[in-house]
Order: sequence, then structure tokens, then C-alpha cells
Amino acid sequence: MGLLDFFRTTSPSANLAKERLRIIVQQERGSRGAPDYLPTLRRELLEVIRKYVNVDSEAVQVNYEREEGQEVLELSVALPVKAR
Amino acid sequence: MTEIIVVTSGKGGVGKTTTSASLACGLARTGKRVAVIDFDIGLRNLDLIMGCERRVVYDFVNVINGDCTLKQALIKDKRIDTLFVLAASQTRDKDALTAEGVRKVLDELIADGFDFILCDSPAGIEKGAHLAMYYADRAVVVVNPEVSSVRDSDRILGLLASKTERAEKGGTKVREHLLLTRYSPTRVAAGEMLSIADVKDILGLDVIGVIPESPQVLSASNAGTPVIMMDESDAAAAYGDAVARLLGDESLPMRFIDEPKKGFFARVFGG
Repeated sequence: MGLLDFFRTTSPSANLAKERLRIIVQQERGSRGAPDYLPTLRRELLEVIRKYVNVDSEAVQVNYEREEGQEVLELSVALPVKAR
Repeated sequence: MTEIIVVTSGKGGVGKTTTSASLACGLARTGKRVAVIDFDIGLRNLDLIMGCERRVVYDFVNVINGDCTLKQALIKDKRIDTLFVLAASQTRDKDALTAEGVRKVLDELIADGFDFILCDSPAGIEKGAHLAMYYADRAVVVVNPEVSSVRDSDRILGLLASKTERAEKGGTKVREHLLLTRYSPTRVAAGEMLSIADVKDILGLDVIGVIPESPQVLSASNAGTPVIMMDESDAAAAYGDAVARLLGDESLPMRFIDEPKKGFFARVFGG
């Protein structure tokens, strides 16, 4: 690293790319071969939940897993942190 | 034995056609008989990269439709005797390619004794891309060290594992390889670009070649010469190595993956 680099303030972004990819790729692999209705299901769930709580669009996660002939649909809803 | 290799990526512009042309040339240079087929129906481009665009008389779809024989449509390369190009059709008819039609052409090439058939896939995951990979024995997934390309490559790997003849018939899997293009060791060292290890790690696949970012790639395409034929180019040497690995030389070390050594001045002042 040269002297001029010392004054550069931008932080390396490759790690950020790697982390984001790791998460999205894992998630997409999980939903491979999953029923086509999952995205719609997720959207509709989000609508219903939003009638009661104002949640982010990424608050509802739908995961589908198949293990030993058993199919598992896992739903997780992250509620917003209450404002003081 | 003929080996069918698809060159694919999902994302466009990552270097599929550049790679198809160079791998085809590299394989043919060793004396193997090679046919390289452009599956990008509607957007013919392999002919330009191979430098035979003015010699296209008949195309892939013409052969499938029986408008001509396969022999009439195969364009013999002017540099390498054992290399042949089958151009894509420029029809806008999306249904011009059929699985049966593709099978028929592949079978004829196999019967003719070709050692390798390279299928240059179009971008995307539509019909052309599907058919380019459907009958493959091996796949070279071209990926740039960049988020959208890596994600799309993973999609493609999913399709190779489920939507190919080998996957559907439950035979041995399609052998998959990653080929990184536009790699910049300097930017990797600066933490600005995903490294080979990062990409390997995310996609869980071995790398058969790393092609450094190089101005020669553009000069080569300008001239209609596959970049592997450019003397004294790092990209050419890197493609040459990838070909050797495709042919089974697994011990070959990766080159051009380290940051070039800087002189004293550059080290002090950066650059």
C-alpha cells in the first residue's frame, strides 16, 4: 500500500459483496424446487400482517425445506422494534 | 467419443462468446475436431468473434429445418483445419429451435466423429439457454467477480442440476466448471473485487480458469480473432491453461492471479 492509499477513505467493498451473496444464494438455493406459490404466499401474508402491524417488506420470510420425504414450510415474522 | 460442452452464465456480457471462441480454438489447436454452435437465435454473434461473419450462408435453424445439409452450414475455420462454426439464425421466431432439432444436429456431428461440440449459450434462462445446456456432458459457467454475475451463475447451476437430459434421466451429473473472466488481481488485493476463493466458496465449485481483465479481449474481437490466438497476451495464455485443464491437466497452477509487482516509486506513492 502506498502513501496515497493511506489518505483514501473508501473501505474495501469485496467483503460486503461476499456477505450479501452468501445470504441471497443460500436463500435462493433453499427455495429451489419449492412450490411456485411461495412468493404469492409471502406477499399475501405480508398484506395480512400489515393490517395489524406495520412491518418491513423483508420482515416476512418463508422458507421451504425438504428432508427425508418430509416437507417443512417455515414462516418467520420479525416485528418492528417498538418506538419509545 | 464426443464430448458436448455448454458455455453458459445466465447473465449477459460476462464473456460467454469470447470464451466459447477461445476454448474452441484452443481445443482444435491440439488436433481435436471441434464444432462450436451459436445458440443465440436472433442475435448471431459468435461468427463475428470468430471472424467468419461474411462466410455465413446457412445457419443452425436452416439445418434443423432441412433447408440445407449440416456440411453446407458448417463454416470451416481459416486458421485451424479441425475447427468448424455453426452460426445462429437471425430469425425472430422463438420456436425455431426445438429439442428434437438440436438432438438431430448433435447426433449428426457425433456420427461425423467430432471430438468436441461447444454450445455457446445465449444469456438468460429462456429456450435458447435451456436447449444449449440440455444435452451437455460438461458445463463451463462463465462468471465475473461481481454480485449479479455470481448470483445468476448459481441460478444456472441449479438449472444444470435439474433441467438437463442427464438430470432428467438420472444418469451421471453434468460436470460443472467455473471460469472467471475480467479478473483484476490489483482490485482483488485492494479488497474491491471478489477473489477467486470468494467465488469458489459461494458457488461451491472449482475453477477451471481465471482470465485477467485485458485490453486484448477487445482488440481481439475488433479483429475477429479469438483472443486465445493473440500472441503475448495474458488473456490468451490464461485461456490456453483453461483448455489444458479441460483436457485433463489438473495440476496446472493458475497464472495472472497475483498483483503485479510494483516498483519503488509506485510502492511509495501508490498507483
